Amino acid sequence: MAYPANYRYTNQHEWVDVKGDVATIGITDYAQHELGDVVFVELPKPGAKITVGKSFGTVESVKAVSDIYAPVSGEVVEANADLQNAPEKINSDPHDAAWLVRVRLGNPAELKSLMDAAAYEAFVADKGKEASA
Amino acid sequence: MRYLPKSPAERQEMLSAIGAESIDDLFSSIPERYRLRQALNLPGPFSEAEIIQYFTERAGENSRGYTSFRGAGVYNHLRSVVTDAIIQRGEFLTSYTPYQAEISQGTLQAIFEFQTLMCQLTGQEVANASMWDGSTATTEAVLMAERITGRTRVLVARSLHPEYRDVLRTYAKNSGLQVEEIPYNASGNLDQKALQSAIRDDVAAVVTQSPNFFGAVEPVSELAEIVHAAGALLVVAITEGVSLGALRPPAEADIVAMEGQSFGLPPSYGGPFVGVIASREKFVRQMPGRLAGQTTDLEGRRGFVLTLATREQHIRREKATSNICTNQALCALAATVHLTLLGKEGLREMAQQNLSKARFALAELTKVPGVRRTFDAPFFNEFTLAFPRSVKIVNSHLLREKLVGPVALGTSYPELTKHALVCVTETTTRADIEKLASALQRALEQPL
Amino acid sequence: MNRRIKKAFRHTSQNEGLIFEKSSPGKRAFELPPLDVPSVDPAEALGQNHRSEGVEGFPEVSEIEVIRHFTRLSTWNYAIDLGMYPLGSCTMKYNPRVNEFVARLDGIATEHPYQPQELSQGCLKILRLLEQCLLEITGMDAITLQPAAGAQGELTGLLLIRAYLQKQGNPRKKVLIPDSAHGTNPATAVIAGYEVENIKSESHGQIDVDKLRELVTPDVAALMITNPSTLGIFEQRIPEIAEILHAKGALLYMDGANMNALAGVARPGDLGVDVMHLNLHKTFSTPHGGGGPGAGPVAMKKILEPFRPVPILVEKEGDRLALEPVRPDSIGRVKAFSGNFGVLVRALAYILAYGPGIRQATEDAVLNANYIRKHLEGVYDLPYSLPSMHEVVFSDAHQKKNGVSTMDIAKRLIDYGFHPYTTAFPLIVPGALMIEPTESESKEECDLFIDAMRSIAEEAASNPDLVKTAPHSTRVRRLDEVGAARKPILRWDPSREEADPNAAKHKAKHKHLEPTPVIPTA
Repeated sequence: MAYPANYRYTNQHEWVDVKGDVATIGITDYAQHELGDVVFVELPKPGAKITVGKSFGTVESVKAVSDIYAPVSGEVVEANADLQNAPEKINSDPHDAAWLVRVRLGNPAELKSLMDAAAYEAFVADKGKEASA
Repeated sequence: MRYLPKSPAERQEMLSAIGAESIDDLFSSIPERYRLRQALNLPGPFSEAEIIQYFTERAGENSRGYTSFRGAGVYNHLRSVVTDAIIQRGEFLTSYTPYQAEISQGTLQAIFEFQTLMCQLTGQEVANASMWDGSTATTEAVLMAERITGRTRVLVARSLHPEYRDVLRTYAKNSGLQVEEIPYNASGNLDQKALQSAIRDDVAAVVTQSPNFFGAVEPVSELAEIVHAAGALLVVAITEGVSLGALRPPAEADIVAMEGQSFGLPPSYGGPFVGVIASREKFVRQMPGRLAGQTTDLEGRRGFVLTLATREQHIRREKATSNICTNQALCALAATVHLTLLGKEGLREMAQQNLSKARFALAELTKVPGVRRTFDAPFFNEFTLAFPRSVKIVNSHLLREKLVGPVALGTSYPELTKHALVCVTETTTRADIEKLASALQRALEQPL
Repeated sequence: MNRRIKKAFRHTSQNEGLIFEKSSPGKRAFELPPLDVPSVDPAEALGQNHRSEGVEGFPEVSEIEVIRHFTRLSTWNYAIDLGMYPLGSCTMKYNPRVNEFVARLDGIATEHPYQPQELSQGCLKILRLLEQCLLEITGMDAITLQPAAGAQGELTGLLLIRAYLQKQGNPRKKVLIPDSAHGTNPATAVIAGYEVENIKSESHGQIDVDKLRELVTPDVAALMITNPSTLGIFEQRIPEIAEILHAKGALLYMDGANMNALAGVARPGDLGVDVMHLNLHKTFSTPHGGGGPGAGPVAMKKILEPFRPVPILVEKEGDRLALEPVRPDSIGRVKAFSGNFGVLVRALAYILAYGPGIRQATEDAVLNANYIRKHLEGVYDLPYSLPSMHEVVFSDAHQKKNGVSTMDIAKRLIDYGFHPYTTAFPLIVPGALMIEPTESESKEECDLFIDAMRSIAEEAASNPDLVKTAPHSTRVRRLDEVGAARKPILRWDPSREEADPNAAKHKAKHKHLEPTPVIPTA
């Protein structure tokens, strides 16, 4: 699956899509693949504050729970309610329909430290090499 | 030794295959000075006959030949021999936690049936595969309420079983919970006025028991209204499950914590029993303990698996909903078999007999001069009496007539010295009750 | 059929629905004796609290249907009574039937916890003798039999430590736990009010003593270790570990899950352990029963004795025993009544059968594990090569090259007539195969197991798909656990469409389903 060129990425495999002062956050195709079939997602409620680098929710497969780390700080304006009943969307459409939260940016400067699509792709390719070494 | 399937020659053969000269070689990683040089000082070895003899002798030093009127969280009920025959099948008795679903469908389907029966009984939507007992289930229900509400104050009915309150206090001590007691009123029920003045928006849970420790049936729906108005959760503990054959289920409760001992498990000096947590579907991810769920296999056949395991300690470790691991599976199976045998009619009739016998007992015992009923709330098979003299003295007289008299309440409730808790079940005969009444009369007539 | 599948063959597997689907109004499996007192109208006695209809949905079936239903279900289970159950860290040993018999005796099973203590001397003597036996086996000074299971034993042990440290003014903040530990250890530490700090094992799988020395700060209350570790390896430096902790005022907790390697051979009390729990459903053979009940007694050194949960069993004048409800420094109760008494009875019956000969059981358990190790080494990767005690941990590194994982091998073992070993644990061994045969296996059964494991290794090389789609002989095939977790169906509910097994059939998925990991319990 291609990594959208207009998104920014973290080394924890989250993506951020910024429109104005609102950032949409999700997890990458690589991340969903590593997790396996997602069975449950726990997300913050609108109004909650999230802090860059800190866990703001969890994604569960049958036998693992993974934290999702905030790529940016801000206030949650919307959480993706569809995922409560259809967590499998994270596996089928991680970069679009399965967005997790929309956040009003607290500190847009944080975006600068994130990777662009090319850098993330290289980062993921390196991971693949590590695993097969 | 009869449990060990190896001959001396086979042991030697295996050692040779390993390349060890003696068995001691295999323990070489234990530093020499810590290896025991002499045999442990243990009784035995005993043959099967000697083991039976030892325990038969101990059994003879207990209460055989006495008739008991004690319940207080542990009840004597009829049990079919079928239950023990089933749970002693090796396939149930000697199998492990059903992680390997393909070869554990028997246990898994039985758990699924247990969960269903518990939901039907309690009027709740989901029930787990068992907790250790009613006391730990009640504590876990409170911890669950704390997780759901994010609040830390807990109001506990003083009429909750004293040992359940003790266990809750032990767990609460280090978890930041503040536990406060709500008194009971003149009828023996939870004092609603006191509850109303204590409850605020910092309360996670209100814990009540129904029928409560005094046997009084609580108006669960009225309590639920007060509790829910404050945004707190209502936890209803049940120690006498048979009552649910006659009583409205506590459907308005948010969490039901039940002791299932009454469902086919012998008193066994206090355990092993089976705890149950039942709750609303929306809270299922905050539930402790194992859950069996229905699913399908590769070919579309119905099958069962342990599910929602990410709540549990083996995956979430320090963030788990509970540390429970080994539970009371075989006891849950016994309860499942027992309740299946009883069925709808059997449970209803058993409950009705308990109601009838307890009322007969109340009438007979309050005919004894000086004996009166303490509380007037509706009751199931337990009620409290006030005696004109110490319960301890009365009971020591009764004991001489081979009767184990009612539980003295003064130990746990200093304000209720001279009050006693009587339990009568379907196993108590009319003759037993009449004998107790006349012996009680004699006991009260004895000079001090 | 594969000729190396020697132990098992398919037999008839009866179809059986849920008991609720067999129900028909008016059938009964239980009758009560007639009521001998005036009948009371429940509606009148209970008023608005009365449930008039009986329990909605409760089954109505006959006795023979109950017997057949549960007997049919039972045939879908594997069990120790059918063969080797080599779950590592679970100690699935033979459950002697006399233990079941004595636990059900009239005068044992019938006893009420609130009956007068003068009528309970038999029960109390049983508890006393079990206490004495367990103290002798562990080399400790005091014990409580109250905890209901291993995890509750762990909690009790940590609460004892907390109370002891509190008494000295500071309960401290942290509990150290090795990365190889069972999941109950960290979960329990949190309930006891402690933060968890993990310690990495050194390259041989032992506790890194130098690292430990750095980590033991004045904030550390205790170290929780399992010995032998979950790798089946004895922690050789345990006396030194105890000294390091004691020098800083911290205590050593030992998870006794692997006591089957030590009983009669070495005593934790002599090794510097301050407090430990025992899993009576492991070492002392009380039946696992599909997940419980167990019992988790906690044995301790003298310094922790004042904090034991109440009630305390004490000796009074004239050989009389009593349960004392009050102790000023007690941590309180952890469970109502006197522990899982029926389980304690079975454990005592087990110990009495062996007496001092319990050492032979330990020796046979260690012999079996080493015999299996010897014959599978090389066929399966052995990540830690220190001597094995009662269990051996391999990894699937060799088979992984063909895409076959430990879980696939475990599932294939079912086709060979064995229960799988423990998979995916301990966490420090990727693709672990954790094998604990126990002393209950004959040489013949061990040889069959070895042959099965060798044959599967060959299949993993020559026909990996056969292994990856196993089991092939069971009543149901791999189950859709993802579907079960996404849309949980946790009870029978005829109003739901999914409740109908025929409806479910249409939704069958044809994909490779991931098998479940097997994790040891406490």
